[in-house]
Amino acid sequence: MSLDLLTYIFIGGSFALYIGIAIWARAGSTKEFYVAGGGVPPVANGMATAADWMSAASFISLAGIVSFIGRDGAAYLMGWTGGYVLLAMLLAPYLRKFGKFTVPDFVGDRYYSNLARTIAVVCTIVISFTYVAGQMRGVGIVFSRYLHVEIETGVIVGMVIVFFYAVLGGMKGITYTQVAQYCVLILAFMVPAIFLSMQVTGHFVPQAGLGATLETGKSVLTTLNELSVELGFAEYTQGNKTTIDMFFITAALMCGTAGLPHVIVRFFTVPRVKDARISAGWALIFIAILYTTVPAVAGFGRVNLIETINGKDNAGVEYTQMPEWFKNWEASGLIAWADKNGDGKVYYSAGNAFEGGKPQYDATGARGEQGERLTTNPSDSASEVYVDRDIMVLANPEIANLPDWVVALVAAGAVAAALSTAAGLLLVISTSISHDLMKKTINPNISDKQELTYARLAAIVAIIIAGYFGINPPGFVAQVVALAFGMAASSVFPAIIMGIFSTRMNTQGAVAGMVVGLTTTIAYIVYFKFMGGTADEWWLGISPEGFGTVGMLLNFIVATLVSRMTPQPPQEIQHIIEDIRIPRGAAEAQVH
Amino acid sequence: MADDKSKAAQYWSTNLRLILGSLVVWAFVSYGCGILFRPLLSGISVGGTDLGFWFAQQGSILAFIGLIFFYAWRMNKLDKEMGLEE
Repeated sequence: MSLDLLTYIFIGGSFALYIGIAIWARAGSTKEFYVAGGGVPPVANGMATAADWMSAASFISLAGIVSFIGRDGAAYLMGWTGGYVLLAMLLAPYLRKFGKFTVPDFVGDRYYSNLARTIAVVCTIVISFTYVAGQMRGVGIVFSRYLHVEIETGVIVGMVIVFFYAVLGGMKGITYTQVAQYCVLILAFMVPAIFLSMQVTGHFVPQAGLGATLETGKSVLTTLNELSVELGFAEYTQGNKTTIDMFFITAALMCGTAGLPHVIVRFFTVPRVKDARISAGWALIFIAILYTTVPAVAGFGRVNLIETINGKDNAGVEYTQMPEWFKNWEASGLIAWADKNGDGKVYYSAGNAFEGGKPQYDATGARGEQGERLTTNPSDSASEVYVDRDIMVLANPEIANLPDWVVALVAAGAVAAALSTAAGLLLVISTSISHDLMKKTINPNISDKQELTYARLAAIVAIIIAGYFGINPPGFVAQVVALAFGMAASSVFPAIIMGIFSTRMNTQGAVAGMVVGLTTTIAYIVYFKFMGGTADEWWLGISPEGFGTVGMLLNFIVATLVSRMTPQPPQEIQHIIEDIRIPRGAAEAQVH
Repeated sequence: MADDKSKAAQYWSTNLRLILGSLVVWAFVSYGCGILFRPLLSGISVGGTDLGFWFAQQGSILAFIGLIFFYAWRMNKLDKEMGLEE
């Protein structure tokens, strides 16, 4: 059976499964649409949260990032997992006890202010849209790579599928499809990782394989360190980022994770307060299965890659000797080679092989002497090869010579990762519009049925906008991830924490804190990402990725100072705070 | 009522102490062992590298899982002891 046919069967089969679940789990009320009726078992919610959380970027790109930056990748590994500890202890149980449907619900009610609610709504929508655009693009890219269709076609297919289960099933449909999507994506990630680990180290468990010793008698990491230094890179286990920058990036990602609306809202769906606590633990276990495998895949992948390209003697290998996958991925633009010294050998080392980083292929499709794709922008660097970091996951099955069905499985897994995250984000956007804007701000008199209709309409509009961004990606998609986490860390996260842990915090403090935190963070990121700010201008050496931490600290300071100078919150708010701090009486999510 | 109030206050302060303790461990394994104290741990070697690298890329994630389950277990017990469970 051909690879294309297998890929169609795997992706088509997974889609049929998702649609079947959507029809089975239709939502009949706003409560089912927003929080799945509040009846999701904690383990299932943990699995759904993990699928919701792990996006196309986690699945396709993270191993590649860690592989290329070594120790610095730890900021992402710790940053994107440590937030669950904060969720389990500082947010989830109390928000579950509060028992409403959305993050702006809490901010608006706790700070008895429609202004605070509106700021939270705007943050929610901006954060979610920045995130979702990349997901729809991810679906399109996977389709185009594996099924050789246009990216646009892939995006549209993805829109139709998400439309089906998000609009029909709401949170209920999404939750149960995410459980299925988690199973698909984790299988797709682990099967090649286990094979790779067995081939490279003989260890069945990739996590253990990372610490293993190779045939040469050296460990994987020692080998990597030596290879990296020899090729002019920083030592693999040392990295380039400064300690202060590592610190701030990790903190911004952790607090940002805990402040992302589509993650928080998942904890509204469990039946009890104690389920919210334990559910965060399950979510992290399911996430950790992938996240602890990532450093192993990154390490093996890099050893494999360097040894394949440069040969065991590290002197370069003739292009004509390159394995099949090298040429396949060259054809799809993830690999490029320019024979700078004319020796016919491929050689990889530190530095950009091509001007500006990415290769520009010859427009006429001309081939060089050895049959390589010609490029127009080779640089002066000694390195002759461009390798896209996504290759670490996408090409793994081929590098390890695995059967075609594994390649098809990886394709289905990448699509599952992108779709599950997209659906969670789209639901948050539609809920913000129908519930927080329509019901709570503009027209409180609409009935439950009408609100549900608005929610479905908003979901349709959100899917169309997300699809539009997927087809016409704004050039800044890659840069704005920092923005999403920075905004979440500097606005939503502190506002919720203070709302729970300080009885003294009032509207004025919370609003002032969010405004100051948001504006400084956004200004800093925009200056360095879009207005040409350079790294030597970084304040205290903190990169834009890490500046959300500074914004968060400013938020806490300003909010505390302002609240001390303004009147206490009213008595009934203090009662609400006392009430959310103890679990008793939360059995039912409030129906409004 | 007054009794309920003092019970709730006691419950809350126990919870805060537990959170504080857990977050100290949380920060120690990630920001501490993974980033700040790494030079100090360079002498301890695991799997071909130093302990700090292991904490940064795998160990801290495992510690996070342990922390959440520990916290959930202690809080469930506290809920029952205080009669504040659902």
